Amino acid sequence: MSTQVQNNGVAASKTNTQPLWLLAEVTYRCPLHCAFCYNPTDYDKHTKNELSTEQWIQALRDARKLGALQLGISGGEPLIRDDIEEIVAEAGRLGYYTNLITSGVGLTEKRISAFKEGGLDHIQLSMHDITEEINNFITNTRTFELKKKVAAMIKDHGYPMVLNVVIHRYNIQHVKEILEMAEALGADFVELANTQYYGWSLVNRSQLMPTKEQIDEAEAVTNEFRKKVGNKMKIYFVVPDYFSDRPKKCMNGWGEVFMIVTANGDVLPCHSARVLPNMTFPNVKANGLKWVWEESPAFNKYRGDDWMKEPCRSCDEKEKDLGGCRCQAFLLSGDAEAADPVCTKSPHRHLIDEAIANAQKPHLKAQPIFFRNDKNSRKLIEGESRELVEEFHALP
Amino acid sequence: MSTISDNQDNATVAAGDIYALARHYRFQWEDAQQCYVLLFPEGMIKLNGGAGEVIKRVDGQRTVGDIVSDLQQAFPDVADLQSDIIAMLDLAVEKAWLEKRN
Repeated sequence: MSTQVQNNGVAASKTNTQPLWLLAEVTYRCPLHCAFCYNPTDYDKHTKNELSTEQWIQALRDARKLGALQLGISGGEPLIRDDIEEIVAEAGRLGYYTNLITSGVGLTEKRISAFKEGGLDHIQLSMHDITEEINNFITNTRTFELKKKVAAMIKDHGYPMVLNVVIHRYNIQHVKEILEMAEALGADFVELANTQYYGWSLVNRSQLMPTKEQIDEAEAVTNEFRKKVGNKMKIYFVVPDYFSDRPKKCMNGWGEVFMIVTANGDVLPCHSARVLPNMTFPNVKANGLKWVWEESPAFNKYRGDDWMKEPCRSCDEKEKDLGGCRCQAFLLSGDAEAADPVCTKSPHRHLIDEAIANAQKPHLKAQPIFFRNDKNSRKLIEGESRELVEEFHALP
Repeated sequence: MSTISDNQDNATVAAGDIYALARHYRFQWEDAQQCYVLLFPEGMIKLNGGAGEVIKRVDGQRTVGDIVSDLQQAFPDVADLQSDIIAMLDLAVEKAWLEKRN
């Protein structure tokens, strides 16, 4: 009697899709420097031309008219902007179900009260580990104690608490303890998000990737924990696609249900679409969102399956995953229309297997992690550290 | 037509049960999609017409029996309405969209 939107198999066409999920990446500035961040490695270019408050409000209104319902306010760290209260209040008036996605840095009693008044529905807090050492190492900051304080503040104000924990080699063996911590903090939802390799995490792939055995163990521990806590705390374990033999149905299909407005106003069908070649993305400063969603060449480019080549075109599973992720296909194979290399039917699957094997080599483990910060972003833009991204077709 | 069970079996809602929307869930009409939706952290469910009519009546006050009678009055021509309503409520409870209040 109901339709689970994330799993609907609605055939793509520009007339029956709606941008139900709107992600507002309001800034790429961030006090944290996480090595697994999916933000663009050239984000430093987009830190000085951010949309104004009025432009964000207009974008929210336009997207709502198109049917947008779930709003994520993300970044970078959204709380770096001092107008999030205004944006939240407008989202509340418009009837969005609004989620603030934050590291917790910058969340004060005063701000959280204003968010409550403005109708913010929930807060997703990123946590990193049960140990101060690993939290501080992977984020390149000293934020461990602060995050625990923020978690308590979220709870005190009656918000549902959604903890997001990105999982990688350095914390995967602590999944049980992480879940115990989440339970102790009173989390309602926990997302154990295995690292996906885009942006900074792709640069650091060899240093972050766990082994297959570690993933299996983490999943077993999670299932065990689920039985124990039941519905009190919902746990999502996002399976990393490198370790499966079919790709994910990325974004539930290109231009199907997701729309992302980035800090400078570019509108994207997925987080990392700007890595794709020969694409011009629309921008809210110049284009209305209705045109962007329904008519723009960028949003229509990979809608449905007309663009597919073999082995996807004749594949009997093509509607299940729509060929996987266009960005991953391009970043790894150099061809944006190739099958996602995760698929064992892809002629590029060996690239995934090599990456998995490489990550286990001791000399790679010894390589320094390339943290997400303004200086490193400029190094990539200016070409100084281009050897880090060259093999991924991801030159800024 | 099935009858509503009176025993407190976890699998099935009972006539005397009172439910409310689970904490942090929101139920609203959407003009753009012409349907009711359930919104919650990290998800949303579009409800078809029948499901929307059931959830709309789940208010933390009415019993399951009240809801069934109310819907039977509102839709007198629909066959097997009661079993559909119970199946919908069972699903909603299993998915934790609803919380029991008594």
